[in-house]
Amino acid sequence: MIPLSYFLILGAVLFALSVAGIFLNRKNVIILLMCIELMLLAVNINFIAFSHYQGDLAGQVFVFFILTVAAAEAAIGLAILVVLFRNRSTINVQDLDEMKG
Amino acid sequence: MTFQQLVFFLFAAVTTLSALRVITVRNPVHAALFLVLTFFSCAALWMLLEAEFLAIALVLVYVGAVMVLFLFVVMMLDINIARLREGFAGYLPVGALVALIMVSEMVLVIVSGAFDTGAPEPAPATYSNTEALGEVLYTDYVYQFEIAAVILLVAIVAAIALTLRRRTRTKYQNPAQQVSVDRDDRVRLVKMKPEERD
Repeated sequence: MIPLSYFLILGAVLFALSVAGIFLNRKNVIILLMCIELMLLAVNINFIAFSHYQGDLAGQVFVFFILTVAAAEAAIGLAILVVLFRNRSTINVQDLDEMKG
Repeated sequence: MTFQQLVFFLFAAVTTLSALRVITVRNPVHAALFLVLTFFSCAALWMLLEAEFLAIALVLVYVGAVMVLFLFVVMMLDINIARLREGFAGYLPVGALVALIMVSEMVLVIVSGAFDTGAPEPAPATYSNTEALGEVLYTDYVYQFEIAAVILLVAIVAAIALTLRRRTRTKYQNPAQQVSVDRDDRVRLVKMKPEERD
C-alpha cells in the first residue's frame, strides 16, 4: 500500500519544479504558461490523493472544475500570446515594457 | 515492495523527470512534448488512486486539446529562442535554491505525520467512478457545473474576439449592400437624339 504522503511529496516536488521554471524561463511567455499548467497539475494530484484517502468525492469534483478553468485559461492565454506576437513580433517579456510598470 | 508501489515509483519518476525537462529544455516544442509526457504519466498515477474518469479526462482534454493548442501556437510563432534563453544560467542558482527550500519545507510538513491516514478500502468491482462522480456533479454541484459551462463559453468568445481580425487589404463582399441594391443604383437611362448614318 502506498502512503498518502508519497503523493503529497510528488505534488510538492512538481509544484517546486514549476516555480523554478518560472524563475528560469522568465523571458519566454510560452514556457511560463506551461509552468502554470504544471502547477495546476501538482495541485490536482494533491486533491485526488486526498479524495482517495479520505473517501470523499468532493476532491475529484474540484479537480474537474480546475481542469475546466485551466483549459479556459490556456485558451485565452494563447489567444493573447498570438495577438501579442502579431503586434510586436516578439514574446520576450522584457520587450513588453510599453506601460513602464 | 508491492506491485502498486513499483508502479507508483515508476510513474512518479517519469513525471518528475519530464517536468524537469519541461523547464530546462531549449526548444519550446520539446517542452510542450515533455509536458504531454508529464500529463500522461500523471494520468496513470490518478488511475492508481482510483480516479479513472479524471485520468481519462486528463488524457483526452489536456493531452488531446490543450497541449495540441500549445503545440499549434508554438509552431505557428516564429520565435528567436536564443534571445529568450538569455540569463537562463544566471537565474539557475536562485531558482534552484527557491525550489529546494520550498520542497524541503513542504516535505517537512508532510512527513511530520499530520496527514497520516489509514489505508482506504479498495472499491468493490462493481463500483463505477464515473457514475459516482456524475451523480454528485449533477445533484450537489449542479450550480457550479453550470458556472463552469459559462466560463468555457466566455473563454470561447474571448479567444475568438481576441484573435479575429479584419484584413484591410483583402477584398471581401458585403452581403447587406449586395441585397439592398436597387435598380436606380445600377441602370441609367439616357435619352438622346438618333444619329444620322453616314
